[in-house]
Amino acid sequence: MSGFLRMAGLTKRWAHDVAVGPVTLDISRGEIVALLGPSGSGKTTLLRLLAGFETPDAGGITVAGDDVTTVPPARRRCGMVFQHYALFPHLDVGENVAFGILGGGSREAGAVQAKVAEVLALVDLAGFERRKVQELSGGQQQRVALARALAPEPLVLLLDEPLSNLDPALRERTRRELRALIKRVGITTLFVTHEQEEAFDLGDRIAVLSRGLVEQVGTADELYEQPASLFVATFVGRANVLRGALARAFGGRDGQVLVVRPERLRFADAGLPGTVRERRYTGAAAFYLVESDAGERFEVLADPVAARVGERVYVEAVRAITFSEPRADG
Amino acid sequence: MNGRRGQVFGLALALLLAWLVVYPILIVAGDAAHADALRAFVSRPGEWAALWASLWISLASVALAALIGVPLAFLFEWFEFPGRKALGALIALPAVLPPFVGVIAFLFLYGESGFVARALQHALGLARAPWRLQGAGAILLVHAYSMYVYFYLLTRAGLARLDQSMLEAAQALRAGRGRIFRRVVLPLLRPALAGAALLTFMTALGSFSAPYVFGGGFRLMTTQIYSTKVNGDLALAMVETLALALVAVVGLVLLRHTQGEDLLVALGKGTAPRRRPIERPAVRALATAAGWLFAVLLLLPHLTLLLVSLVPYATWTTETLPPVLSLVNYRRVFSEPERLRPLLNSFWMASVSTAAAVVVALAAGWLVVRRRVAVRRWIESFLELPWALPGTVFAVALATAFGVSKPLALRWVLVGTVVLLPLAYVVRSLPVAGRAILGGYRQLDPVLEEAAASLGAGRWVTLRRVTLPLLGPALAAGASLAFVGALGDFVSSVVLYTYDTRPIAIEIMSSLRLNELGVAAVFGVLLMVCSAAVLSIGARR
Repeated sequence: MSGFLRMAGLTKRWAHDVAVGPVTLDISRGEIVALLGPSGSGKTTLLRLLAGFETPDAGGITVAGDDVTTVPPARRRCGMVFQHYALFPHLDVGENVAFGILGGGSREAGAVQAKVAEVLALVDLAGFERRKVQELSGGQQQRVALARALAPEPLVLLLDEPLSNLDPALRERTRRELRALIKRVGITTLFVTHEQEEAFDLGDRIAVLSRGLVEQVGTADELYEQPASLFVATFVGRANVLRGALARAFGGRDGQVLVVRPERLRFADAGLPGTVRERRYTGAAAFYLVESDAGERFEVLADPVAARVGERVYVEAVRAITFSEPRADG
Repeated sequence: MNGRRGQVFGLALALLLAWLVVYPILIVAGDAAHADALRAFVSRPGEWAALWASLWISLASVALAALIGVPLAFLFEWFEFPGRKALGALIALPAVLPPFVGVIAFLFLYGESGFVARALQHALGLARAPWRLQGAGAILLVHAYSMYVYFYLLTRAGLARLDQSMLEAAQALRAGRGRIFRRVVLPLLRPALAGAALLTFMTALGSFSAPYVFGGGFRLMTTQIYSTKVNGDLALAMVETLALALVAVVGLVLLRHTQGEDLLVALGKGTAPRRRPIERPAVRALATAAGWLFAVLLLLPHLTLLLVSLVPYATWTTETLPPVLSLVNYRRVFSEPERLRPLLNSFWMASVSTAAAVVVALAAGWLVVRRRVAVRRWIESFLELPWALPGTVFAVALATAFGVSKPLALRWVLVGTVVLLPLAYVVRSLPVAGRAILGGYRQLDPVLEEAAASLGAGRWVTLRRVTLPLLGPALAAGASLAFVGALGDFVSSVVLYTYDTRPIAIEIMSSLRLNELGVAAVFGVLLMVCSAAVLSIGARR
């Protein structure tokens, strides 16, 4: 796999205990990669390093084989969509979109107008040139920001929490449209999110970040089924983390930690005995909070009519992911 | 790498400002440390009298300005009556009269040969003018006229931010009208009132034009410094300058202390109380009449200037109103190169000094707000310092610092050159330009500049196409205030001007000395019109 966008040992230190990296990551041409991590995991810093707003302390970045590590943002050819869009309030939609086309060199006015019209049509905002950005809805502003980033024909597209400012009802549809659009343009894309669902829907691959380090890179299935660390297992998807006697009850050995997804636990005639303490109905299924006799709690996803609160149940695991007990950190 | 360069620039700017605004004051302090001069200052009753006069005149100005400005603010913010809007616009009129022009307008209007005195003299058949416009009373009259605006504007702004529901809550708690006023409205207005008091106090303490023209034998510290310096007793002038600076600093610290924190900011914004129409017809008529009468009083100085500017030389002797009116004075000002010169001088010096102050303020905004350089506190303090010290103090300090050639001590002879007066204007402009532009920078989202960079715009393109357009209103406000201040300046000019740099205010003074009242008034009218035009451009959004 040839990396179109490559990060090699990229490191940025803020204080002695706050650092990002070293991060090494290769992204193929036309691929969409999600940077997924909790807040403070360094994903935005990584994005800003790529855009050139921060200078790394060590390591390098290459785009299409060119080392861009010390290239200033203005000459990096990275299109960026900011979290709050950062549309210029003193310019109208057309002028916002034209900004980068003009900044990149001198072109005729006609060519600029044609390009603006083309990208606005691409984001389904044809004819919006003379609108004021303040008059647009959140979703429209997001698309103008995308059009503005794409207009100078960048080599890489960077998106910072692209959907966090939209209301939840709009998010899912926008996610699909965004993916379709990026794939149509065919641009290599990296985006930052803290929502697993967004990363799964939008990314070809997902890089999970924790404390400034990439824990695992893989497809959604890989992360879910074969998490490389306990952190990935618990951060991606719902998970019961079982230790000690409870782990042994589901087939673990001493010194092992078991991670069992709620849907991989089921009520059976025999198995670990426990009592249903809470039931949370979600429609197609229900989450049952089960308490073992030793007082440990875990979650089971089952049929909505499988058990009642207070009922005595037996639980068995279909499949468990095994980790050895981590030494220092979890 | 980039970070270190920002720090170096920050340090360079801080040093430049220190050299410009702190160093001259330190030199004055050093020169004042002469035993003889100190002894002279302490032993002469005149010095203490001047210092005391400065202090009590300033406090009385605060009281008078509050007495006029605060009730007006309540009237215009809380009540609805015919003509409220039109009057509200007129009420800021004193702001377009530069201090010295306001003073001569008062001279033409209320002076012993002014319109009012003449009218009374004629009406009552008196042998001479019924009064002389001189001494503390005259000074306080001018101060009250020009400074009530601070109380009026700041109190109105404070009232507009009051929350209607807060007053309703007090009513629901069964508080009477007086109690609500004392316990709710006044405490919440405290920061606005204290701010206005501070502004008035500092302005009155630094006031030079009114005591210079109307003081006569009654000396304030500002005029005392000037006459000591003109008489050649430099060491004593340094001591006086330092004494006035100390009073200013102590006043500033004490008044800042009373300001308290702004509670309304903490609580967030509600809806301002709605204006109540005045119901009783008699009261409404009274309020309206009082409002118009007040507006006429405000407008009289402007009209006086205009009228006097139309009076040809030596045509107006004993009549109540001038018998001949013509444009001959205007023609003379614009046709005689020697008379046009001060106009051009003021314009180029105000333009250059405003540009310089704006550039310094922009650099300060970038370094303080964007780069957050280590010395940002220093930069901000240095920008504010010229506001805290009276104009006379700075003028004398600059004349002292740049009156000798000591290149190793970073002192060059600038006295007598065309550089010094514009430099003084720059110093005087730094606080207004700095405040406006730093405020603008603080409201500017840094992400917008990053967005421009990610779209391929370099530093200068970003500055030209994103930062400056977005700073536009703040820039215009700061620049227009700086320009108007420099254009009408008298305080610094009277200490530092040379024949080649004589500005409008100085020309007005010499025209008055030659008894060419008409020409003096023409300059006053031109200053007034230019100030109004520039301020209205600056206030446009």
